[in-house]
Amino acid sequence: MLMDLSYSIITLLLPMFMFLLLGLFGMKMPKKLAGILGTCAMLVTTVIAYGVAFEYFFNPEYVVDGVRQGQLVYNETWLTLGNNLTVDMGVFIDPIAAMMLIVISTISMMVHLYSLGYMHGEKGFQRYYAFLALFTFSMLGLVVATNIFQMFIFFEMVGVSSYLLIGFYYEKNSAVSASKKAFIVTRFADLGFLIGIMLLAYYCGTFDFKSLMSNPGSIVSSAAGVTFLGCSAASWALALIFIGGAGKSAMFPLHIWLPDAMEGPTPVSALIHAATMVVAGVYLVARMFPMYLFTPEVLDLITATGAITALYAAVVACAQTDIKRVLAFSTISQIAFMFTALGVARPELHEGVGYMASMFHLFTHAMFKGLLFLCAGAIIHMVHSNEMDAMGNLRKYMPITHITFLIACLAIAGIPPFAGFFSKDEILVATYQQSTFWGVWMSAVAGLTAFYMFRLYYRIFWWNKPDYSHHTPHDCEWVMTVPLVILALISCVAGFIPFGHFVTWNGENYDIHMNWTVAGASIAIAVVGIVIATVLYRKENPLPDRIASSMKGLHRAAYRRFYIDEIYMFVTHKIIFGIICRGISWFDHNIVDGFMNLLARVTNGAAYSIRKLQSGQIQMYVWVYYVGALLLAVVACLLLI
Amino acid sequence: MFNILFLFVIIPVLTLGALFLTHNIKQVRTVAATGASLLLVSALYLCYAFVTERAANPDAAMLFVDKYMWFEPLNIHLAVGVDGISVLMILLSAIIVFTGTFASWTVQPLTKEYFLWFILLSTGVFGFFISIDLFTMFMFYEVALIPMYLLIGVWGSGNKNYAAMKLTLMLMGGSALLLIGILGIYYHAGETMNILEIVKNGVDPGWQNALFVLTFVGFGVLGAMFPFHTWSPDGHASAPTAVSMLHAGVLMKLGGYGCFRVAIYLMPQAANELGWIFMILTGISVVYGAFAACVKTDLKYINAYSSVSHCGLVLFAILMLNQTAMSGAVLQMLSHGLMTALFFALIGMIYGRTHTRDVREMGGLMQIMPFLSVGYIIAGLASLGLPGLSGFVAEMTIFLGSFESSPIYDAVLGDGNLFRHAFALVTTTSIVITAVYILRVVGKLLFGPVQNEHHRQLDDAHWYERFSTITLMLAIAVIGCFPDLANGILRDSFGPIVEHIMAYAQ
Repeated sequence: MLMDLSYSIITLLLPMFMFLLLGLFGMKMPKKLAGILGTCAMLVTTVIAYGVAFEYFFNPEYVVDGVRQGQLVYNETWLTLGNNLTVDMGVFIDPIAAMMLIVISTISMMVHLYSLGYMHGEKGFQRYYAFLALFTFSMLGLVVATNIFQMFIFFEMVGVSSYLLIGFYYEKNSAVSASKKAFIVTRFADLGFLIGIMLLAYYCGTFDFKSLMSNPGSIVSSAAGVTFLGCSAASWALALIFIGGAGKSAMFPLHIWLPDAMEGPTPVSALIHAATMVVAGVYLVARMFPMYLFTPEVLDLITATGAITALYAAVVACAQTDIKRVLAFSTISQIAFMFTALGVARPELHEGVGYMASMFHLFTHAMFKGLLFLCAGAIIHMVHSNEMDAMGNLRKYMPITHITFLIACLAIAGIPPFAGFFSKDEILVATYQQSTFWGVWMSAVAGLTAFYMFRLYYRIFWWNKPDYSHHTPHDCEWVMTVPLVILALISCVAGFIPFGHFVTWNGENYDIHMNWTVAGASIAIAVVGIVIATVLYRKENPLPDRIASSMKGLHRAAYRRFYIDEIYMFVTHKIIFGIICRGISWFDHNIVDGFMNLLARVTNGAAYSIRKLQSGQIQMYVWVYYVGALLLAVVACLLLI
Repeated sequence: MFNILFLFVIIPVLTLGALFLTHNIKQVRTVAATGASLLLVSALYLCYAFVTERAANPDAAMLFVDKYMWFEPLNIHLAVGVDGISVLMILLSAIIVFTGTFASWTVQPLTKEYFLWFILLSTGVFGFFISIDLFTMFMFYEVALIPMYLLIGVWGSGNKNYAAMKLTLMLMGGSALLLIGILGIYYHAGETMNILEIVKNGVDPGWQNALFVLTFVGFGVLGAMFPFHTWSPDGHASAPTAVSMLHAGVLMKLGGYGCFRVAIYLMPQAANELGWIFMILTGISVVYGAFAACVKTDLKYINAYSSVSHCGLVLFAILMLNQTAMSGAVLQMLSHGLMTALFFALIGMIYGRTHTRDVREMGGLMQIMPFLSVGYIIAGLASLGLPGLSGFVAEMTIFLGSFESSPIYDAVLGDGNLFRHAFALVTTTSIVITAVYILRVVGKLLFGPVQNEHHRQLDDAHWYERFSTITLMLAIAVIGCFPDLANGILRDSFGPIVEHIMAYAQ
């Protein structure tokens, strides 16, 4: 109808080609050419991605008996393992994959365009575009994966692109250590993912999503017989896979890398660490969701992890002063909402609304969080600082940024008619259905969200006016403002998309019903949060400081992120490096090597001591000769007798 | 018909002869480079010829088999033959010899003598991989070891006398065990040295355990198995660049290959009974080497311990005794060979410029020598298993293979699967530790501010250095992106071997 699904392969190949082109020959190109090439290629990718997604969603061919079917577009063997197990590479389009194609290509396109202005004149501009292309390729490869191993491969690739982009300013030590931290923490989580895959492969004998999902119940029960610490092997496998996702999605306690990842260029934070890569974990769980349904204990674990993380990150976000860090913690908190929604989704409850809500929130969040980061980038670009203290009253200087930022704040706070209201409301509905306790908990977090976002908003655009005399901030050039406006428009209207018609856990249509009790309560709570923020931060006043000092311990702990980083530091530096690595090194040098050297020394010593026998004195030799002969004679006699 | 395998002995010998006739550095370089290129071309041709021949002849255990009587009273032949495993090893050796030649382009002094020993060493390596007679195998093995002593002792750096002596003595200790093992096999398998005949006759079951331990430890020393690995860090650190490359890239593979071809293949019953003991040792190697690498500050020591870890994984995988893990082991040998060679080449090039290998004394090299730095990052990413580069394919094949269910070790341990899974889980942690030490070095050495202002004057790679590193990077990427190319050569080789081993599993 619109476009054949087989074109989807181009969305993968084109960014990969751009990566190779810019990576290998970028340094020989003029900067501008490299940037424009990259952006144009991304534009083509975006158009094709939209075409594929629209074709998939609007062509009735793909709906059989009211269920939207996943389409296996390509599948080629990549690596043959023994026992009929192969690792394939291919393209698999189903509702969530098609939705992700739109999310990734949109945000990536905006970031490509925005970076033309933001990164203008930076050293390594071509390299930057090459890495962006690599990231886009990896992320698209991840979402269209046909099997869990392909997903793991692209999971790793995404991790590396993120590493390269966080460490883009490689001359700065802080950027280098942040990139290292991000890679190692997510690698640690990926270890869980890998072990989960191996367990699954062992019990199911396949990696393929289609065969795994065709009959998840029997697969899970086939692995249910084997138990370890009271849980079946299937639960362990799925829980470990969730850990892999939790690492990428920065869930507590694996979240520590994300705030530091803000060392990368701000557009990168928008693309990778706000909108696309960090939701890979949510996507992973959503992809395996039919299997998770058979292990409710793992879903409970996901709910709890999500809820705890949401609260933790929201509290920490209230105390941060670096605007990118506030946004980072807000991202962690919002992703936790998505995990909670997945965790509470059950088909028997309102047709699995949690799943739909989670995906809906993923979609809307990508748009407004991308927007928030791009706005933050524009602000940082102007005031040359990440700290709130260097900002204030910017609404007068940067009107477009102000309005778009406000729209994003309203969206994330859950005020109708902006996008976030609808998706967050569905999440709360789903949570209340499963458990009132978590429902109340998540509502409270939603209130906190409104508070810290508007704290951020007022501190940047209101508050007092710092000294801007040496350079007056103003709105950025068009390449930077156009993406802001586009994303703001999407944030305004995305909530009205009948999302349930496109993405549901089983592919059947589902009509979203507003639950006005929950919605009313959540609007009320959001408004309360906003009002408190307005009172405290609209004009410069000593009240916030007074409140902070009245809760000194809590504020300090929240500012220091509850000392989680310090605990990690202690474990890695003091225990792993200090005791294990140094211990092994000592053992190697003194015991293993010491033994070898001892052997050499003993041989040498023995040689020295018997050397004296070779003295050169004839008398001595004759004496020894006679004694020897005598001894031999005696022995011979004894033997003969 | 002329057997193509003899090329791999004839070319190095002719090169040696030609080197004797050279008079100046230029001629030496030309001869060495020609010889190495010819070897590479022959190796590539061998891959092609092997695939064609395999298609025509799918059931034979070995192809291009040939034998000549050498010493009749002891029934010793010069017997050659290859299967997929040896073909890949020959290809690996050819690539490393080729790139090593270019990496040692500027060796001074005694360039001619250096290349003489270097080529002699490679003769030994190639001879080892084409042999299927235990005696000639052992002979070539010794030919490969002895030049090492001189290459390190004369052209090495640092504490080279100690290192050369330690390396030679420990490896000689290993080969003493090996010699006893080989003689034992000879007398207990119908007085023959030919591997194919030994497999047919079978080694006397009463002697298998003892011979298995002797040969496995003998080759294990060369494969840097814990606790016999300490020759390797000192040896690598002192050796000149190309020797480190050849050493870590190929020589350590002789160990893995030997463990597989001699210890396990010829004594399958003992492997089933005793393999688990070595699995513990090699499992320790994997984690132990990785942890030790985390705190070293000398670049070569870091990579030497990393080699202990990666080569430990090779032996570990071989002991899984199933096809997937074993092909993973071969891929890992290939991958580790290429990436360590790349590492040591780059370290040599950096050392040649900065005259230090201590990471604490360098920093920000990315700004000064971008080419070498990017090469280092690629080697590092291959080492920590980035998809698209060779390390990932090899490690994943091994891990998935270790998780396959099989009756191996059930007889001795009760639940062999549980045991293997437990150890597989322990070894998978190495992927995180590897990331730690690789990123630590990359972050300190290449990124960050320039540590030493004098380094700013240094130049980036020369053409011969680029040539050598690009070849290696290309090979790493090809295996990483198209793993079934290598798998295709391997595929039919393991079937009969694994069947032969599994026959003893119950």
